[in-house]
Amino acid sequence: MTFADAFRPETFVDAFRFIGDNPHLLLDKAAQHVELSGAALGIALILALPLGLWLGHLHRGLFLAASVSNVGRALPSLVLIAFGLTILGIGFWNNTVALVVLAVPPILTNAYFAIDGVDRDAVEAARGMGLTERQVLLRVELPLGLPLVLAGIRIAAIFVIATATIAAIAGGGGLGDIIVNQATYGLAGVIGAALCVSALAFSAALILAVVRRAVSPRQVPVS
Amino acid sequence: MSLVLAGGPVIPNFGQGSACETQNGWFCTDWVHEHWGDTLQPALVQHIELSIIAIAIGFVLAFALALVGFRYRLLDPPIGLAADFLYTIPSLALFQLLVPFTGLTRTTVEIALVSYTLLILYRNMIEGLRAVPPDALEAARGSGFTRAQTFFRVELPLALPAILAGLRIATVSTISIATVAAFVIPNGLGRPIFIALEQNVFKTEIFTAGGLAVALALVADGLLVLAQRALTPWTRLERQA
Repeated sequence: MTFADAFRPETFVDAFRFIGDNPHLLLDKAAQHVELSGAALGIALILALPLGLWLGHLHRGLFLAASVSNVGRALPSLVLIAFGLTILGIGFWNNTVALVVLAVPPILTNAYFAIDGVDRDAVEAARGMGLTERQVLLRVELPLGLPLVLAGIRIAAIFVIATATIAAIAGGGGLGDIIVNQATYGLAGVIGAALCVSALAFSAALILAVVRRAVSPRQVPVS
Repeated sequence: MSLVLAGGPVIPNFGQGSACETQNGWFCTDWVHEHWGDTLQPALVQHIELSIIAIAIGFVLAFALALVGFRYRLLDPPIGLAADFLYTIPSLALFQLLVPFTGLTRTTVEIALVSYTLLILYRNMIEGLRAVPPDALEAARGSGFTRAQTFFRVELPLALPAILAGLRIATVSTISIATVAAFVIPNGLGRPIFIALEQNVFKTEIFTAGGLAVALALVADGLLVLAQRALTPWTRLERQA
């Protein structure tokens, strides 16, 4: 590592040059990054979303929802990946499991509170019209609670993309491979890759914000 | 590392340790005993220091920004958006992005940690201040309170539960993110984890340092809950009623 490099602001110019010079490398790594994050986010959604929605519908499991989010926040991503390394060894599964564990709490908790907080009068009215419990959840509670549900997914997506960077230390590939490998790619490469990760996380947040705005019921102000 | 390099090729740095250490067992209590003083305790103290400094600066900064955003509503969306943007940058990337400006120093780490506290603290402060019931403000005006008095005696106390809730989340996240600081400076509980990862994934060190980080976050959260109860006793009365 060349420390003299570290204090020159021109490094940013070099970083952009690195991005321009290595489009294939960066695209490859970005694809791995998206693959790993997408797999983890998908699994977390399958596990946490139905559970959170259903518990919210029953107005049960407040303790579970609250403690899952508290404990989830206290688990450092680095610690999770390191723990995973000791148990599952290097590879795709270690990282996927660690990322799923990180993504579940915000999705579960937000889904729970979104459905739990839906106006009870609206739910009663739906029941009075003869909707089944399933229909009440899918046609009334879910549309009304959707902004908050999506906010949880957005937090989870940002978490997962950010942490997938750290996954590189456990052989996860992705853009983190460049960031933790200054010896090979130089500071310019490290910063170029860091810029790419930020862009990736920000695009994911932006896409989910747009989706959220598009599906928000008009009467409810988006908070 | 003052350890003598000797013994098996598997884990050279721990060649002198017990059988459990050389075989990289699940949890070697003797290692923890031996290295509490020279590895774990200093890392824990550094971790607490890093976190407290970041939270204190973040709190003051967010409070100042919240005052501005609360007083001049037009400025709230841009401040919120900027905080939102900072929050989106992955911690590892932000640490690296700051290195050209501030070097491999503590400043780099603190700037990154502070930026992550801003979004949570700012949002909660603003929402808390905005949620003050108009009746309370009306009553304050009727009692002849000045603007400053209204703020300090009515708006701030009523916003306190939301502010403290934000402080809890910010504290726990900061303690969690501070483990990544070890990428930049040899400080905090992330340091022993990185060393253990390099030494053929030495399990005991990972479990103790990781466990300490989680325990620290949970203890800090518990202390803040106690503070919350002491500072805002009325919120509990309402819940019981």
